Amino acid sequence: MTKKLTYSVAAIALAAASGAAHAEDLTLCWAAWDPANALVELSKTFEQESGHTMRFEFVPWPNFADRMLNELNSGGQLCDLMIGDSQWIGGAAENGQYVKLNDFFAAESIDMADFIPATVTGYAEWPKGTPNYWALPAFGDVVGWTYRKDWFERPEIQADFKQKYGRALGAPATLEELKDIAQFFQGREIDGTTVYGAAIYTERGSEGITMGVMNALYNYGFEYENPEKSYDLPGFVNSAGAIAGLEFYKELYDTATPPGSSNWYMGENIDAYKSGQVALQMNFAFIWPGVEADPNVGGGKSGYFPNPAGPAGHFAQLGGQGISVVAASKKQDAALEYIKWFAQPEVQEQWWQSGGYSALRAVVEDPGFAGSQPYAQTFLDSMAIVKDFWAEPAYASLLLTMQDRVHNYVIAGNGTAQEALDGLVEDWTEVFEDEGKL
Amino acid sequence: MTFTPIDKAARATPPAMARRIRGLSDRTIAWIFVAPSIFLLLAVNIFPLIWTIRLSFTNFRVNRPNNDVEWVGLRNYQRILTDEGTWATMQATAHFLIWTIVLQVLIGFALAFLINKKFRGNDLWTTIIVFPMMLSPAVVGNFWTFLYQPQIGLFNYVVAFFTGADPASFSMIGDVMLAPWAIVIADTWMWTPFVMLICLAGLRSIPNSIYEAAECDRASKWRQFWTITIPMVLPFLMLAVLFRGIENFKMFDLVVQLTGGGPGNTTTLTSIDLKREAFEKWRTGYSSAYAVILFVTVFGLASIYVKALNKVKER
Repeated sequence: MTKKLTYSVAAIALAAASGAAHAEDLTLCWAAWDPANALVELSKTFEQESGHTMRFEFVPWPNFADRMLNELNSGGQLCDLMIGDSQWIGGAAENGQYVKLNDFFAAESIDMADFIPATVTGYAEWPKGTPNYWALPAFGDVVGWTYRKDWFERPEIQADFKQKYGRALGAPATLEELKDIAQFFQGREIDGTTVYGAAIYTERGSEGITMGVMNALYNYGFEYENPEKSYDLPGFVNSAGAIAGLEFYKELYDTATPPGSSNWYMGENIDAYKSGQVALQMNFAFIWPGVEADPNVGGGKSGYFPNPAGPAGHFAQLGGQGISVVAASKKQDAALEYIKWFAQPEVQEQWWQSGGYSALRAVVEDPGFAGSQPYAQTFLDSMAIVKDFWAEPAYASLLLTMQDRVHNYVIAGNGTAQEALDGLVEDWTEVFEDEGKL
Repeated sequence: MTFTPIDKAARATPPAMARRIRGLSDRTIAWIFVAPSIFLLLAVNIFPLIWTIRLSFTNFRVNRPNNDVEWVGLRNYQRILTDEGTWATMQATAHFLIWTIVLQVLIGFALAFLINKKFRGNDLWTTIIVFPMMLSPAVVGNFWTFLYQPQIGLFNYVVAFFTGADPASFSMIGDVMLAPWAIVIADTWMWTPFVMLICLAGLRSIPNSIYEAAECDRASKWRQFWTITIPMVLPFLMLAVLFRGIENFKMFDLVVQLTGGGPGNTTTLTSIDLKREAFEKWRTGYSSAYAVILFVTVFGLASIYVKALNKVKER
């Protein structure tokens, strides 16, 4: 009798324990933006299939890095899954904050070759260019441009433009053309309202102006380092081309942006565009589904084009994130289950349909993809030309010094472009010296 | 028979404890009472201060727990004190500190002087004037960004109304020349009522008999103001300056919401810079040295000021 009771109790305890192991409360941390809402909806399928409960911690972009890096650095257990910015990968990998996923990928037959190469390098690898994976590419994103197609198509505006510039008004192929168009619209009266040229990134506090100015610098000849020698900066960061690129961005800001746009990032640019203040908008691709659905500017009134080429090349700033398992989490098995579920082609297809930018090649290389949305082709073209900022463990120091230098020149108008980039070389050199890399 | 609260407390003490306490000296009992406060002070203030000073001589980074911590001597201090950016930040802080104090003291005292007069609706006006300081600084910063908006902002429209300038032709928070004044104006709007309240307390503490005696001596109102009102309100004014000085040296939330420290570094105050170094760049050793420098600066200035305040009170 006693034996029977013991077995019964043990069986119940075992069942309870195994039940607990299978039904976890998982918390996924990400930025508070439209794609996050789409992911909440998408994750309901995972909850039904797995029995786990999903919770979400979303932080607005300007505070996202502050809040989440604090969480990672303090070994906090708030997040089991982190969709962290691409630049965090180096620090998170070297400081043991993310779980390395190579064995998991091998066991579950998740092949990184199935994802867009730029997203694998940008979101998953550390060190870059090596097959060491710390994340699954979760959300492909890139800086591109939105324009008011309905304004561009007006005969009187087209005629004015043609008369002034001697060419037809359309999506620009080069940065110089883009500047012409933005200047053309600056201060123009449209439907009785004064409108402006372009909303560009100028935000100072987090990463805004850097994410914006890079789209000019890359295409004018800026390079992060000597391709032949790592961390060799002089002559690459402050090359003649880079200086011209920075001067271009300042001229664009001075002559073709709305008044008061001295500290604008994603949200402000969206507001300016949707409210009809500007003809062009620089922003990450994640906003395009929202633009298309907007009653004022959606439904065919807007067009999309990749960041235009410059005299030295054709690149665009990479955005987007990978999804990682937080090393401090006590629910790593359940978190890995989520990644396994998320990597499935049918879930990735659903992800794209619901407003998320899948990085899975099976989705984006599908013959029907390019025509599936008005912006789909622009997304594909843009993802083919991406470059990303430093992803070093010291990325925050590198980013914030660049924010200071660029904002100080472009927005405050202090000094020259040469001085700003020379100063940046000094700052970055000091950072790498502190890191022991120089 | 009625019991005082002390009698009640004595009766409520269990006999065993009462016996034990009876065996202790006054000094020991005093220590028992003071010990928790001393412990808290050591744990919350003194220990972190000593730890910060220690960290300021290292290259420690809190986000790199696996890295070796090296002793770097005075290198952090040398870097900070020779960095042009730090001095620009100090200048921005000094500009903000001086102008906010000057404006708040002048306007606050003037308002207190007016409110001190007896007139209809006096209480209502006091409540209305005090309203801004009841708001959160972050909220104030946020709505002043709207007020300063060149295209829709009320501030620009008011300026345009009086000057005839185009409201969209200037940006208070985007212009290097105007941004330092934008934060001064917002802070003055918010905190002048605080100075006014302190001045009001000072004005109301002056006995009427002094003014009556002066009237008997045929002293003019002007003379009464300079020889009675100002000297007697001065300790209150100096206290207000001390409070506002310390508060504005630490100013963070309002300015971050308003300008984010920009354009460029124009409105980057020391507290914003320090937070950026400590919790965004994660240079813990460097930011510890920065914090020590600021602590010494504030402590030194405050000590000198408190001595002056005491001298004024003694007069």
